[in-house]
Amino acid sequence: MSQSIVIKGATVVNRESQQVADVKIENGFVVEVAKNLKGDLQLDASGCIVSSGFVDLHAHLREPGKEEAETIETGSRAGALGGYTALVAMPNTDPPQDSVAVIDFVREQGKRAGLVDVVPSGCITLGRQGESLAPMAELSLAGVTLFTDDGNGVQDAALMRRALEYARGLGVTLAQHCEVAELTKGAVMNECSCCTDLGLPGWPAIAEELMVFRDIELVRITGASMHFLHLSTKRSVELVRAAKRDGLPITAEVTPHHLSLTQELLASYDSVYKVNPPLRSAEDIRALKDGLRDGTIDAIATDHAPHPRRDKEMSLDLAPPGMLGLETALGVVLAEGMCEIRDVVALMSWNPAKIARIGSTHGLDVAAGANANLCVFDPELTWSVDPDRLASKSTNTPYAGKTLRGRVRHTIFKGTATVIDGQAQK
Amino acid sequence: MKHLRSIDELGLDGLTGLLQLTDHMAEINQRPVPKVPALRGRTVASLFFEDSTRTRLSFETAAKRLSADTMTFNVSTSSVNKGESLRDTVATITDMGVDAFVVRHKSVGIPWQISQWTTASIINAGDGAHQHPTQALVDCYTIREATHAQSFAGMKIAIVGDIKHSRVARSNIQAFSLLGAKVTLVAPPTLLPPDVSHWPVTVAHKLDEVIGQTDVLYMLRLQSERMAQGHVPTLREYSEQYGLTHKRVLALKSDAIVMHPGPMNRGVEMQIDPSDVKNSLIHRQVANGVSVRMAVLFELLGSGSNLGGQA
Repeated sequence: MSQSIVIKGATVVNRESQQVADVKIENGFVVEVAKNLKGDLQLDASGCIVSSGFVDLHAHLREPGKEEAETIETGSRAGALGGYTALVAMPNTDPPQDSVAVIDFVREQGKRAGLVDVVPSGCITLGRQGESLAPMAELSLAGVTLFTDDGNGVQDAALMRRALEYARGLGVTLAQHCEVAELTKGAVMNECSCCTDLGLPGWPAIAEELMVFRDIELVRITGASMHFLHLSTKRSVELVRAAKRDGLPITAEVTPHHLSLTQELLASYDSVYKVNPPLRSAEDIRALKDGLRDGTIDAIATDHAPHPRRDKEMSLDLAPPGMLGLETALGVVLAEGMCEIRDVVALMSWNPAKIARIGSTHGLDVAAGANANLCVFDPELTWSVDPDRLASKSTNTPYAGKTLRGRVRHTIFKGTATVIDGQAQK
Repeated sequence: MKHLRSIDELGLDGLTGLLQLTDHMAEINQRPVPKVPALRGRTVASLFFEDSTRTRLSFETAAKRLSADTMTFNVSTSSVNKGESLRDTVATITDMGVDAFVVRHKSVGIPWQISQWTTASIINAGDGAHQHPTQALVDCYTIREATHAQSFAGMKIAIVGDIKHSRVARSNIQAFSLLGAKVTLVAPPTLLPPDVSHWPVTVAHKLDEVIGQTDVLYMLRLQSERMAQGHVPTLREYSEQYGLTHKRVLALKSDAIVMHPGPMNRGVEMQIDPSDVKNSLIHRQVANGVSVRMAVLFELLGSGSNLGGQA
């Protein structure tokens, strides 16, 4: 018998119920939810929420290829500290995740780290070059269920149509990074009055929306299921809302930074605020939040994108886009105070688990018999972000010095505590 | 004042103060030996990552006339090409003992980034399409010299051409407006930034509708690469629509001033020789460049001691 764990006194948040109770975990499963339980390891959780562990649909773990920025181990640790028990690893590695060998490597590295389930996504096109399809059937036999060229959008409409048709046959989901590349050449920030002042090339909203529109229509004629990554504009939300009203098999995510930060931050010339798609306007943020509340947006995903300090120290035009997200996501979302705790759990755990098709082990109600992938967080605890104390190998967080509300206290992965009282256990 | 990176940062008082100081420098430049010891012992480093003739030479001349030591960082032979980061380069030069960096870079914001890495003063000699504050000072001084106007209130200034990609335009719009001028931007929509509604300007798309009411016609250089990028169909068409032609010279008010920051594209925005225009100030712009940059260097590095004496 393995050691039993009891989470004491948290509010258990499930789909149909919410109650203060203890949660007992044994042999990788939740065995009992009741008052006054005892176990070998008792974790105090008074004032906290216990829910299924978070699932990130969008993490750049950088391994293989850019281990200077992050490894699967350091990214997994950052994830565990952020309350995650599963991370979908984005395929823009070097080599990219377009072969079974690389997919297996990423998954194995995740197992070696043993802190979260690392779920590799596969490329839609070979080398993410947008020219020919990756071996999607082979990759799906190797367990891949989500395919994306993230970092690039698939530009060729005919190729995207083929990919969707092929994906329908395999029963997998394609995830699109929506960006019409011809409209964003050299772009650094949102096309707006601020980019007018700075004299920087703009990344117009239409570059995202054109591809959202195109892919919605391709889904309509192919019937394949489609996930939209990191939507950032008001009109994108409207397009997805209408598509869902038509019953199309479409899901969408938004990042914590697109919900909390605006384009004006680029006037500081600090490339920590450069991200793709770019930070948008306050009006876009309002529309994204409306989309979260009415179910148009299914998930909050981090787009965790570590970069070494020397890369981010370059000028705005040369610095790579992207910011950290795993350790700050919950605190940002709760600090924004835009929805109920239950909605936060839905957006960060239940829904993404379903989209990633790992719903048999993740995003389950906290009840006897469920896999013990759990997150315990204090929704009221305020804390200040110190980039040097994050577990990520990189420090490019836009929230340095900012006060967030809500922090993960314990994380349970496969029945083992990976985080206790905010400290990673390995 | 620690740095000169943008006109905004300078403000109206800073701007008028520098213009007044430039009068003193112009006087020094009239002397038989145009040199004073004001910045003796100070070191000014030119850090030019983009080609420049007149701006760099005029800064270096200005520094020498104030008796500052100068060093020039030549990008083609520097270790930047060996992969040394900008931060390391700045730190290395700072360690040698530098009081001011004069920086030109194709990337927006570099002067602000560099100022986090050094204790020296930063003078922006052009960052991307963002700011070129000393050019704006030169232009304001040149207009003031020609019109004897302390304020530009009521003055109508038209800036013509590639506003979108122009740091000169961005700095001049701020400076001219601070001094009270009414600024009109004249360009096809493809050469305007995406949203100028918050700028203190009016916008026109036809030069001929504006030219007769203009006191200062400020022509911008059109880079030939804008054609390849589809901003204008052909240089010929641009020249016809927005270039200064003989016909348009005749349409100017008799006392209207013509300016250009250089280098000129003859046959494109300038179909005529500037000497054909009665009130062309283009040569004065170059001449005033040294005096203005002396004023800037003295303002940032001088100890407030008098500017008299011989070096």
